[in-house]
Amino acid sequence: MSNQGKMDCGRRRLIVATAAVGGAGAVAALVPFVSSLLPSERAKAAGAPVEVDISKLEAGQMMTVEWRGKPVWIINRTKDMLETLPKLVDAVADPKSDKEQQPAYCKNDTRSIKPEIMVAVGICTHLGCSPSSKFKKGAEEGMSGDWLGGFLCPCHGSTFDFAGRVYKNKPAPDNLEVPPHVYLTDTRILIGEDKKGA
Amino acid sequence: MAANTNFEKYKSNGTLAGNVLEWVDARFPATSMWKGHLSEYYAPKNFNFWYFFGSLALLVLVIQIVTGIFLVMHYKPDAAVNANGVPVAFASVEYIMRDVPWGWLIRYMHSTGASAFFIVVYLHMFRGLLYGSYRKPRELIWLFGVGIFLCLMGEAFFGYLLPWGQMSFWGAQVIVNLFSALPVVGPDLSILIRGDFVVGDATLNRFFSFHVIAFPLVLLGLVAAHILALHEVGSNNPDGVEIKKLKGEDGHPLDGIPFHPYYTVKDIVGVVVFLMVFSLVVFFAPEGGGYFLEYNNFFPADPLKTPPHIAPVWYFTPYYSILRAMVWNFFGLPAKFWGVVGMGASVVIFAFLPWLDRSPVKSIRYRGPIYKTLLAIFVVVFFILGYLGTQPPSFWGEKISQVCTVFYFGFFLAMPWWSRMDKFKPEPDRVTM
Repeated sequence: MSNQGKMDCGRRRLIVATAAVGGAGAVAALVPFVSSLLPSERAKAAGAPVEVDISKLEAGQMMTVEWRGKPVWIINRTKDMLETLPKLVDAVADPKSDKEQQPAYCKNDTRSIKPEIMVAVGICTHLGCSPSSKFKKGAEEGMSGDWLGGFLCPCHGSTFDFAGRVYKNKPAPDNLEVPPHVYLTDTRILIGEDKKGA
Repeated sequence: MAANTNFEKYKSNGTLAGNVLEWVDARFPATSMWKGHLSEYYAPKNFNFWYFFGSLALLVLVIQIVTGIFLVMHYKPDAAVNANGVPVAFASVEYIMRDVPWGWLIRYMHSTGASAFFIVVYLHMFRGLLYGSYRKPRELIWLFGVGIFLCLMGEAFFGYLLPWGQMSFWGAQVIVNLFSALPVVGPDLSILIRGDFVVGDATLNRFFSFHVIAFPLVLLGLVAAHILALHEVGSNNPDGVEIKKLKGEDGHPLDGIPFHPYYTVKDIVGVVVFLMVFSLVVFFAPEGGGYFLEYNNFFPADPLKTPPHIAPVWYFTPYYSILRAMVWNFFGLPAKFWGVVGMGASVVIFAFLPWLDRSPVKSIRYRGPIYKTLLAIFVVVFFILGYLGTQPPSFWGEKISQVCTVFYFGFFLAMPWWSRMDKFKPEPDRVTM
């Protein structure tokens, strides 16, 4: 201090200690505010599984249901569509589905439980747009001439095949996500839960 | 000066007004603030056209606050679907447009005001580039200004979700997902921002809160700091010379004139011209050709269907192009991550200008051909990036935006070298008119 050039070290230690305790309290007070930004209990509960009846889904057709606010596609793939998958092994980035974008029981060539029925979250793994279906082969739907059918993301141009596998050198880093699902009967699927939870 | 002596006259003449002022001044620095910031704030006498945009930015801020206050009286931040199958938020904007008396005008003023804000602020920033207004001793003014710019971008982004149209929804979806590209914390951070696993009601409500309370408060604070810092060091001018160096016998700068009444009156001219153009847009082209209000936003948000082409509003497109230009993986991190880094850096890099520019003179008037050429190319590049950002992705668009991105960053990062190499003219002692 200016008056004597001497400092009362005891007092100073008290000031530092008080400031530290106060600072810790202020940081602790942040916790409830930041936590309140997290998904609420209701939002978490809204992730309840969705039951879907696919008896009316004809071969070659696709339906979209909402699960956790996201579009989930169910595609009844024709034999023709399934035959495109092995041809694309060299064109897609993760042909064997090595990245965990699907439950273990869908880590196979068709990325599905039943070969023909594909279930996938219709959200591009790049920035979350929903890809559009481009099922027709060739240039008919504005794709290139050698297009075998699949999906195109309108936002940044990522392309996916009928198993939701992303093509190489596209902005999307991963295959489309396959949600956990289980067949309750032959034509009823429960999306959002698998055998473990059921 | 004139205003000053008026005050003194009032105070000593024993009238009621004089007595009230004296009473207030003994308790609050009313007269001294008036003098310090207006009647005796000496600004260089050679301000030109470019010096309108600071006061115009303040005007637009007031327009946005006032229209915003009235919009909040009718708007409902609610993503739930009403009895007609339309989201409540979307329906409340339609209600403002159709049923609230003069609601359409207030809303169009607010939506046009958003674009006007960016036009005015971009011109205000360009003025800084022209005359070196960010150079010593005005670095803090510039930094507060960059803060204001960031705040404005936040305001625009949060506000754009509120009408809950298709572009609102998918624009927010894409931008929030950008944060998930950050390593380790990314996915949790994007959930923290959304408050849900997808953009939904929680997101809409918090964006409303940010747009209406949090960001305006910070913005006002930064504007106050910006102006206080400016009035502390004094304004720059088109010649980039310090008027405080040469003072008259009265202690005031020889080349300075009191802000009030000289520049208050001058700024009124700017306000009138601005309001004419602003009114033309509000009344005759409020959609701005699809650039101010995007047509896809006239459809209510549909979380299951992305519009065929989504693009941000025009004021974000230069940075969005830089995001899309990054298509390579570096150092084991995905292109998506570098896109986000590039986009963030392209905005934040402005903050470093005061230390990147090493030229001995401030104003473009005394700088040489290197600066003039590079600045001109920078402006062209900025426009090209802005245009490409509004377009769907394409092969050539990607290549051109990559070249422009390299120039954009090169302009700033190489500035410490090229800004010194130029041929300079000698700066005058006094301002020129």
